[in-house]
Parts: sequence; C-alpha cells; structure tokens
Amino acid sequence: MSAIVELKDVRKSFGNLEVLRGVTFNVNRGEVAAIIGQSGSGKSTALRCMDRLETIQGGSMLICGHQLHDDDVDLKSLRRDVGMVFQSYNLFPHLTVVQNIMLAPRMVKGIKAKEAREIADTVISKVGLREKMDYYPEQLSGGQQQRVAIARSLAMEPKLMLFDEVTSALDPQLTGEVLRVMEQLAADGMTMILVTHEMAFARKVADRVIYMRDGKVHEMGSSDILRTPATPELASFVSESAEH
Amino acid sequence: MTYQFDFGAVLAYWPLLLEGIWTTLRLTFFSTVFGILIGAFCAVIRTGGSSWARAVISLYVEFIRNTPLLVQAYFLIFGIASLGIRLPILVGATIALTVNIGAYTTEIVRAGIESIHRGQLEAATCLGLSRTQTYLHVVIRPALERVYPALSSQYVLLMLASSIVSSVGVEELFGMSNRIQSETFRNFEIFVVLGIIYLLLAMLVRTGFTLLGLAMFPRRRKLGTSL
Amino acid sequence: MNSAFILSLLKGLWGTIVLSLLTFLFGGLIGFVIALARISPIAAVSRAAAAYIEITQGLPLLVLMGLCFYGPSIFGYDSFSPLAAATFALTLYASAYLGEIWRGCIQAVAKPQWEAAECLGFTRWQRMRAVILPQALRIAIPPTVGFMVQIVKNTSIASLVVGYAELSYNAKIINNATFQPFLYFGIAALMYFAICYPLSVQSRALERKLNVGHR
Repeated sequence: MSAIVELKDVRKSFGNLEVLRGVTFNVNRGEVAAIIGQSGSGKSTALRCMDRLETIQGGSMLICGHQLHDDDVDLKSLRRDVGMVFQSYNLFPHLTVVQNIMLAPRMVKGIKAKEAREIADTVISKVGLREKMDYYPEQLSGGQQQRVAIARSLAMEPKLMLFDEVTSALDPQLTGEVLRVMEQLAADGMTMILVTHEMAFARKVADRVIYMRDGKVHEMGSSDILRTPATPELASFVSESAEH
Repeated sequence: MTYQFDFGAVLAYWPLLLEGIWTTLRLTFFSTVFGILIGAFCAVIRTGGSSWARAVISLYVEFIRNTPLLVQAYFLIFGIASLGIRLPILVGATIALTVNIGAYTTEIVRAGIESIHRGQLEAATCLGLSRTQTYLHVVIRPALERVYPALSSQYVLLMLASSIVSSVGVEELFGMSNRIQSETFRNFEIFVVLGIIYLLLAMLVRTGFTLLGLAMFPRRRKLGTSL
Repeated sequence: MNSAFILSLLKGLWGTIVLSLLTFLFGGLIGFVIALARISPIAAVSRAAAAYIEITQGLPLLVLMGLCFYGPSIFGYDSFSPLAAATFALTLYASAYLGEIWRGCIQAVAKPQWEAAECLGFTRWQRMRAVILPQALRIAIPPTVGFMVQIVKNTSIASLVVGYAELSYNAKIINNATFQPFLYFGIAALMYFAICYPLSVQSRALERKLNVGHR
C-alpha cells in the first residue's frame, strides 16, 4: 500500500496562536482515516491545509503527489484530485441540485453539458437523491443538502475526499442518512479523511484513528484505540464523547 | 375659483410628449445598461482589488453620492464642451447619468457581494474554479439576485431623475414642457400632465424590472422567495 | 478665479443651507404625521398615507416644483416666492421619504414591544409615546441623517423651475459669464461635498454603533 497523504512535522499559526505544532501522519490509498479531538485541537485546520485553504508554515505535506509547501504547487490539479465537504454544506443557493453538481465539471474540466449531465445522474444516484435533481438547496433538508454536497465533490472524480465535521450541523436522524452515504463510499474504496465527533462511526468505518491534542498527534492507530486507548487523555476523551 | 382648467391645450401637443417619453426611456435604458456594467465592475474591484484601486473607486463613489446630479451634469457636459469636444447632447446626458448611477450601483452591488458567505468561496475554490469563474458564477450572480429589489428601486429613481438633464437642453419628457409652456402658457396643466405620465412611466419601468428579474433569476421565478 | 464669484458661490451656499433646514423642519413634521398615519389602525387613513407616499415618490422633484410654483395662484393665492415654492415642493418630497423611513423604524420595534405594552394596560397613544417612540428614535437617527444628504443635494433642483438662487443657480450664472465650467462647478461640487460627506460619514458611524449595541 502506498501513502497518498504524508504529513511531516506540519506547523501552522494564526498570528501568535500556534494551531499545528508538528503534525506527522500518513494515510494510504483506500484507507479511511478519522481525525478526532477536542475543539481547538487543530484537527479542522489540519484538514483545511490538505486542500490548501490554509497554507502551512513549516514541515511538509504531500497530497496525491502534490508537495503543498512549494510555492509553485499546481492548485488546479490538486483540487481535481481532492474533494472537500464542509460542515455548512456550502451549496450554491441560486443553482438547482443538478446545476450545483454540473458547475465544476463544466467549468474546470470543460466537459460538455450532456456529458456533465450524465455524470450528475451517476453521482446523485449514489447519494440516493435522483428525484431531487431540479430542486433548489433551500427546498431540501440539511441531510439531503449534505448528500448533494458529497455528490458535487464526487462529480470531479477525486482521489481523496476530505470531510470537515459534515454531520455537526445535523440532528441525529439526518446524521444517519449522511453517514450511510459515507459508509458506502468507503466500501467502494474511496480514500477518505474525516474530522468527526461521531465515535461510533469512526469505530465502525475508520481504518485509522488519529487523536489530536494541542496541535499534535497525541495517539494514533487502528480503530481499536477507541476501545483500548493507550493514553489517559484519549481514554477520557472517549468516555466524555460517549456521555453525549 | 375662477380659473378654467384647459388640459386640451396641453394634450394637443401629444406628439411632442410622445417624443419626450421616447427620449426619456432611451436615456434611462442606456444609462441602466452602462450603469450596471460600471457598477458591477467597480464593486468587484472595491471588494477584491489592490488597495490603491479600492481607494480610487471609493473616492469616485463618495464624491458622486455626496454631490447633486445637477452639478455633476453641468460639470461634465459644459466641461466637455469647454474642451472643444462636440458631443451630441444625448450622449453627454447619458454619460452624466451613467457616471452618477454607476456610483450608486457600485454601493448596492458591493453590499450584495459582501453578503456572500465565505463558505461559498471556499466551496468553489475546492471544486477547482478559478478566481474569475468563482466571481462570475458563485459571487456576482447570487449577489445581483440578492440586491435586485434595491437595484430596481434605484433605477426607477434614475428614470425620474433623468428629468434633470432637461436643464442642459435635452428634450426628454420634462424638457418638452418648456416648449409647450411657451406656446400655451398652461403652466399648471402641463405639470399635472407630466406628473401623470411620470407616474405611469415609473410603473412601467418597475414592471419591466420585475419581468426582467423573473427572466434572469429562475430560482426566484420558481420559489418566489428572495435569496 | 475672481473673489466676487467666490463670494457669490458662498451666498448661494447660504441659500442652499437655508432651504435645506426649512425642508428638514417642515418635511420632518409632516413626515412624522405620515408615518403615524401609515400605521394607523383605520384602514382608510393608512391607505391614504400609502397613496401619498407612492405618488410623491413616483414623481420627479422637478414636476413637484412646477406644481407647487404654479399651483397656488390657480387656487386664488398670490403666487409663491421661489423660496416658498421650493420649500413647499421639497417638503412634500421629504415628508414622503421620511414618513416611509420612520414607519419602518416604528414597526421594527413595535411588534414585540407592542404586545408587552398592551398587557400592561396602556392606551394606544400611551404605548406609542412611552414605549415605542423612544426606541424607534434610536434606530431612526442613522437613516434620518443619511436622508439629510438627499435633501441637501436635491435643493439644487430648486434652481430650475422656480429659479431659487442657491449654490447651483449661482454657479450656473457665473459659468454663463466666465465659461470656466470645471473651475466653478468644481468649486460648487466641493461645497456640496463639504456639507454632505460629513453627514454620510456620521450616518454610517451611528449605524455601526447601533448594530454593535444590538448584538
């Protein structure tokens, strides 16, 4: 197995606040990695750095063959290789579901409308929302919007998908439908990194669990570490999460 | 009350009035088209350009918004003439109105652009859209849709304000009143007739904008809600 | 540049200021009545106020000027002086806009407060005076200051139909004599700017302060 994501001693500050203080881990092709930790531990920032929404200031980051610390990193091809799904969905409110999905294939890859429509058909079926093709985002529930956002990313056929707390804004029922879509993606062999609070989901689907604390990887391993944590900090984090 | 109203004397000049209406509508149309182009362009620079370009735009906007249209029209039209440049009067008037409405449009569109959530930009970035593509499809279009009601009102005001260029000799609807006045001396009746025509024109322009809005913004047409 | 011309511009500026103040005074008084009428529980009153606003805002100020200048003599009054006619027309104009602005402010605070005051057993007018208006006043100040800018700018139109000698009028006269449009209209524009820009800045600052206070 080859690593598709390699972080070595990654550092990042916002002003005087050092958010990432030397983060190192790898994720292999086809793996599902869950990053967990308290808010403020730097997990979302680490994820956002991987799609270059934030630039790193130290260390190195290799994502799908792109060395992100280089100034001449080819952002366009990086973003073709990496898909990102956000907590707040960020669907384009003035476009219908199918237009949301077709926009990037047409603009970025220059695909013809008819072909883009076929791609949209395929990915929207994957998330089970074919009948909502011509709806506007505001007509959909939060869970449905998030599934459309996933489909929109999939339409670019990424090699790696990043999920930034994608169920945090949803109530439990709607969370379930989004997690099922993600589980199916994992089963299809997609490489995924997710920042999440869903311990049960991480336990079930993640090949690798990364526990971050104070801007560093505090403990890392298979999902077994959630059952038998090695450090007292992870142990208390897991038991706190279970209470909620 | 001994005064005898005589609207017939004024209405007898209907061909002049019609010509005036046509000129007013043409002035309004061209100033609207150019005004929106200038306004959208300046708003983009105002929100994302270099710091000196922003300063230039904000100087333009503040200066126009804090001085009267009449003085701007005098300054531009008599000014251009004093340089020895001969422009058709309608062109000069269109320039004056466009410079004026462009500044108001800039402010309105800027507010629309600033109301677009940062997450929208991040989503577009992550999908690989270029800066220009993002601006066109993810920023400007929804921004225009959002501020469209405010823009419509502003352009109805523009149509009414275009009467001011009669003072530099444009024979648009209001300008025609001078001619009718000097021939009929029915001053009050003229203004009553003009008032009614302007009220109808305001309704016409408003309806035009509403229909255009429905054509341009399918989301609005389908859901009937504002963005 | 000629000092007599500058003096004439300054005199014009004084005319602009006088007309602006008169307009704000009378426009404000009538605008307040319009605002109250607009939210009146009597449907006919509220509809009449709405029609007044709709019609006044649908007319060019120039047409209002003409109606106010030539109208009074028809109804048997002596014809108005330019200042009186201009004040009359601008008052109509300002009262419609201020009425609409203030109606918005009153309604913004009214809904929740209204019910609370109702429970306390106030009469309608007591509620209005003791509860609604003091709060509405606070949020009304920024847009009102902003509208003063519109008043000052629109006094320039009084130079046209009614021929009131204010800043634009005097600038035009000077230009007819000197034919230096960039210079004299430029100075006139700067004078308007000197009045309007501080008002605009103040309006925005008040608006920001209000928003911070509300959060």
